Amino acid sequence: MTLTKIISNRWLLIAFTAMAMMFGGASQAADNVGFVYVSPIGDAGWTYQHDLGRLQLEKETGVTTSYVENVAEGADAERVIREMAKRGDKVVFATSFGYMNYALKVSNTFRKTAFVHATGYKLGKNMGLVNARFYEGRYLTGVIAGEMTKSNVLGYVAAFPIPEVLQGINAFIKGARSVNPKAELRVIWVNSWYDPGKEREASLTLLSQNADVITHHTDSTAVVQAAEEKGKYAFGYHSDMSKYGPNAHLTATTHHWGDYYVKTVKEVQAGSWKPTSVWGGYKEGMIKLAPLNKAIPADLQARIREMEKQLTAGTLHPFAGPVVDQGGKTIVAAGQNMTDDQLNKMNYYLQGVVSKIPN
Amino acid sequence: MDILTSILFATIVAGTPLIIVALGQLIAEKSGVLNLGAEGMMAMGAIAGFAVTLHSGSPWLGVLAGMAAGAVMSFIFAIVVLTLMGNQVASGLALSILGVGLSAFIGKPYEAEILQTVSAIRIPLLADIPIIGEALFNQQALVYFSWALFGGIVWFLYRSRPGLVLRAVGESPHSAHSIGYPAIRIRYMATIFGGAMAGIGGSFLSVFYTPLWVEGMVAGRGWIAIALVVFATWRPFRVLVGAYLFGGVMVAQLFVQGSGLEINIPSQFLSALPYLATIVVLVIISRDQNTVRLNAPVSLGQPFRPEA
Repeated sequence: MTLTKIISNRWLLIAFTAMAMMFGGASQAADNVGFVYVSPIGDAGWTYQHDLGRLQLEKETGVTTSYVENVAEGADAERVIREMAKRGDKVVFATSFGYMNYALKVSNTFRKTAFVHATGYKLGKNMGLVNARFYEGRYLTGVIAGEMTKSNVLGYVAAFPIPEVLQGINAFIKGARSVNPKAELRVIWVNSWYDPGKEREASLTLLSQNADVITHHTDSTAVVQAAEEKGKYAFGYHSDMSKYGPNAHLTATTHHWGDYYVKTVKEVQAGSWKPTSVWGGYKEGMIKLAPLNKAIPADLQARIREMEKQLTAGTLHPFAGPVVDQGGKTIVAAGQNMTDDQLNKMNYYLQGVVSKIPN
Repeated sequence: MDILTSILFATIVAGTPLIIVALGQLIAEKSGVLNLGAEGMMAMGAIAGFAVTLHSGSPWLGVLAGMAAGAVMSFIFAIVVLTLMGNQVASGLALSILGVGLSAFIGKPYEAEILQTVSAIRIPLLADIPIIGEALFNQQALVYFSWALFGGIVWFLYRSRPGLVLRAVGESPHSAHSIGYPAIRIRYMATIFGGAMAGIGGSFLSVFYTPLWVEGMVAGRGWIAIALVVFATWRPFRVLVGAYLFGGVMVAQLFVQGSGLEINIPSQFLSALPYLATIVVLVIISRDQNTVRLNAPVSLGQPFRPEA
């Protein structure tokens, strides 16, 4: 048994907390850190990666942690976050965009607790922000896709047209076009973060429309599986999904939150923590590629490794100019890089995407 | 496969779980039992089917296990509403929540597992018909099963004596009981049949459609199946039409999005389109009040206590 309190039901959590308060509370030996997850941890995906970070945190700092999974982005989230703060958690990590306002609200009441919200944009007096430059990994997978495609048609299953998703789509086609100017990208929106059946249908649709390398910005492994079944290539997202498609899975853009969690908790314990907004990528070790499939030729693998070094060094920017949108308008002139502000407001497709953006 | 064939193929696959589940519910409802637990029974069928397929290596045992899981769930429901006279709507909702939650609990260790894809069964000659051949006759076995189920249910309901008795129980359990038919036992059987079909529908999702198990993978298909039965005014053929229409519009909108055609329709609207189209079409073809009255089981959802 680890010290981890695994409480996968928010009601249980609330009941336990109430009980603990009633019986005068057992003294806490170590600091506790709370995590709020939007979906079940599962075996791959967004929440799974956060949980890997949580486990790393436990191992490296000796704090105890507890998590509540499958917390809807609504009033429930506020309840869970509030309970964690109330019972004295040192740090509360709220790991989904939709928790933003609830976490902020609770943070205003519990001034001594440190809150960290993932992927949002509202910084609080005691609430920091963290996000990752997913598009850096997307750019690299785009380069691989551009080289590996035979039909020059790539496919992308996407959830909702928000800037974060569009950054991924645009980085992917920009990477592909940097090595293969004939590459085109088809995008299908499934309007759901999570519906394996629909994600599969969308994948099969793309494959039947000649796409031979596909990827997704949704939460299941259905896209990789569909590609495996049809003998085509795919990239995983969030986690290494290679076991769902050993032949199809070329690599995956994966997220790594552990180092950041460790750093944050250590700072809080030392009393030096200040709420900041962190947008980390290759440089911070928050984005990595999963192992490269041996189907990728050695020289391409070497080039990807080289580009990884450049991303880490900051000499390669996926959205380096010229950046031209679908309609032919230049967004970023040659010689310049897209600014973070521009990235955060992205609401268009770049040249090479043949689908139309939903309005 | 050309585009048309692919669309047709995908339509049939997407419609199949809905057909199986909805036809099962149709039988239960025809006997007068409204079971809103389809979503939960499908989830249980999905995890049971997945787990058994994984351990045994046989998708057919998996389907059987899914069927059994659905049947057990509906048996629990039947005890509550038929023997203990519980409220059918409330009990059905509870069954749904129970099934979704319980399947997530049981399924925890299976989230990391994957199944081999089950290959399709190609019917010689028929599959060679241009355009429709590949789409209709090179499909998963459960697709053929859904057609057989449809034929069987049409025959049973409208051409067989037990079917007539079943309908009579759904119309007026008191009359059926007074002339000597075991109304409660018939309702039990119909409910369990509905559960078994929901279980098969669930196992189709986890074993054939997307061979994986994840919590919440039924994603509302149980509710769609229940709605289909109502909008199809309890007629099997319309259930079939509705299910394929739903699948077809869903698949077609994906194709339109991928093709890059110039459409100025928000994708959110396109995603809602299958629901909208299905409801509109079924409401229009079923707008005749008399046929609705003829086909709707009068005692649907009402408890029945046989007088001694």
